[in-house]
Amino acid sequence: MNHLIIAPLLIPLLIGIILLFIRNSIRVQKVLSIFSIIAMVIATFILLLSVLENGVQTYELGGWRPPFGIVLVADSLAVLLVLFTGLVALACFLFSVRGLDKDRKAYFFYPLLQFLITGVVGAFLTGDLFNLFVFFEVLLMSSYALIVLGGEKVQLQESLKYVLVNVISSALFVTAVAFLYSITGTLNMADLSQRVAEIEQPAIVTVIALLFLIVFGMKAAIFPLYFWLPGSYSAPPPVVSALFAGLLTKVGIYAIIRVFTIIFYHHPEITHQILGGLAAITMIAGVIGAVAYQNLHKILVYNVVAGVGYIIFGLSSFNEPGLFGGIFYLLHDMLIKAALFLLIGAIIVITKTTSMSKASGLMKQYPILGWSFLAAALSLAGVPPFSGFFGKLMLIQGGIIAEQYWTVAILLLSSLLVLYSVMRVFFLVILGEENIPPLEKRGNVKGLVYPSLILLGLSFIMGMGAEWLYPFVADATTTLLNPDIYIEAVLKE
Amino acid sequence: MRPNDVILKTATQLVTFIIIIFSIYVFLAGHHNPGGGFIGGLMTAAAFVLIGIAFDIKTIKRILPFDFKILTATGLLIAVLTGIGSFVFDSPFLSHTYDYFYLPLLGKTELATALLFDIGVYFVVIGVTLTIIYTIGEDN
Repeated sequence: MNHLIIAPLLIPLLIGIILLFIRNSIRVQKVLSIFSIIAMVIATFILLLSVLENGVQTYELGGWRPPFGIVLVADSLAVLLVLFTGLVALACFLFSVRGLDKDRKAYFFYPLLQFLITGVVGAFLTGDLFNLFVFFEVLLMSSYALIVLGGEKVQLQESLKYVLVNVISSALFVTAVAFLYSITGTLNMADLSQRVAEIEQPAIVTVIALLFLIVFGMKAAIFPLYFWLPGSYSAPPPVVSALFAGLLTKVGIYAIIRVFTIIFYHHPEITHQILGGLAAITMIAGVIGAVAYQNLHKILVYNVVAGVGYIIFGLSSFNEPGLFGGIFYLLHDMLIKAALFLLIGAIIVITKTTSMSKASGLMKQYPILGWSFLAAALSLAGVPPFSGFFGKLMLIQGGIIAEQYWTVAILLLSSLLVLYSVMRVFFLVILGEENIPPLEKRGNVKGLVYPSLILLGLSFIMGMGAEWLYPFVADATTTLLNPDIYIEAVLKE
Repeated sequence: MRPNDVILKTATQLVTFIIIIFSIYVFLAGHHNPGGGFIGGLMTAAAFVLIGIAFDIKTIKRILPFDFKILTATGLLIAVLTGIGSFVFDSPFLSHTYDYFYLPLLGKTELATALLFDIGVYFVVIGVTLTIIYTIGEDN
């Protein structure tokens, strides 16, 4: 029995529980947290190598055979995402050591971080639709607590909206699962895929597919459903925003990719057409927000929305380069969004303001911070030596093969505007005349910049060493395009 | 001013034991009859809430002199460790088994490892319920 598959899920869960016992000694909590995250990353890396070698692996919980029991499925896509989750969590943990106040740490920040990781990893690994719902709730509960932790007025305001929106979308999720269960009589994704293929996806199943699109679109912040995101992602402290931007919307995107490649892929002329349209509008809406705002948080938050559009576009073109680009961009986006949020967090610590026009000229006194922000900005826009380039290139290639020329044009234009929005921050805040608060009024940024340097380094390696990552992502793409590989691995017939 | 609630207090002293014993019965019956850790835990917590209503919240604290958050964590730990325990026998996470034992007084009894998991659930439910009640009740 290969217990490695469940290790990335079990390690944070177990450590998170242990952390509840030692609430008073924050130092021990830190040591255990870092141990847990590193152990999880190592276990995932070994798992990734073994998945590449032996193909899709499954883990039957409780020893029950798949359509009847819950099964964890480790295919390349899931394991890659788990690995990057670990890396983002590592950087956010390192930032939190100095970048978070004592009160928040004493009120269960570290256990909540571990439970958030548990939920995200579980959602990536599970092969059962209802179990996916449960892990969504695990990560959402932790995120509710994280967003309100500290109890500032704006946090209370935004958490109310955030909880309300997510409770509604969770209720819709349960409804969608109930509809699908009443038609197919199963919840296991592989079994679902087979049964939907047998009845050739009648119109009612396509309707359910669109209901799932609404549910996951609300979690992933696709165009008409992204209204909750700008407020709730700018309310909590920078570490929490970085965790959210790096992980939470990505789980929604992953669920969309999973569901629309394995279960509902029989009528792409309806479902994927709609996905393509929504992706295009999401890109436009994202960059409009990114260009419009003067607030540092808001600029980044709308860039998160634009990023969601790119990845969904990769799915909607539904061919090999498109999906490959989508997955590659998804991985890149996790790293770079977390890095940008952490860098902006450090900038706000120095300048004590979120407004772009109030402070400028950080470069002279904080050169490392300045240059790494430039690197992150170029990577976000997709300039060659960094990781954003390769993903976008493949996305464009996939779009051209699928003959979606308009959306490709929108993607290129919105990339330009994304570059404009972050370079504006670079020129106005980092460069320019020195106009920052005097030294004694500034916050201390010691230890706040290097976590994002780690993420940027990884992004650089991803860009330069796309060759190394290629086999993993290509394997993930192959599994997505051939659901039979997944079904055979799970049901073993 | 608090009204003189002798009847409520006296009735509570009696009823609480009945509720707790019934909740433990329901908890143990869960494998073959309706019941289990969740409902059992809620009923036990309800018994303590009754004490809280009849007397006051400090009385609950005196009867259960420990942190309810730790009780929740203990329950979680028990549940997860039950799952991990199956690794020792080289079976997948959360595998369960059962067997028949001859116990003194009870005779032939079926004991399942699922009961261990349920004890975890039972503690978590009591812990969470009492944490909520206590936090809200104490907050002025």
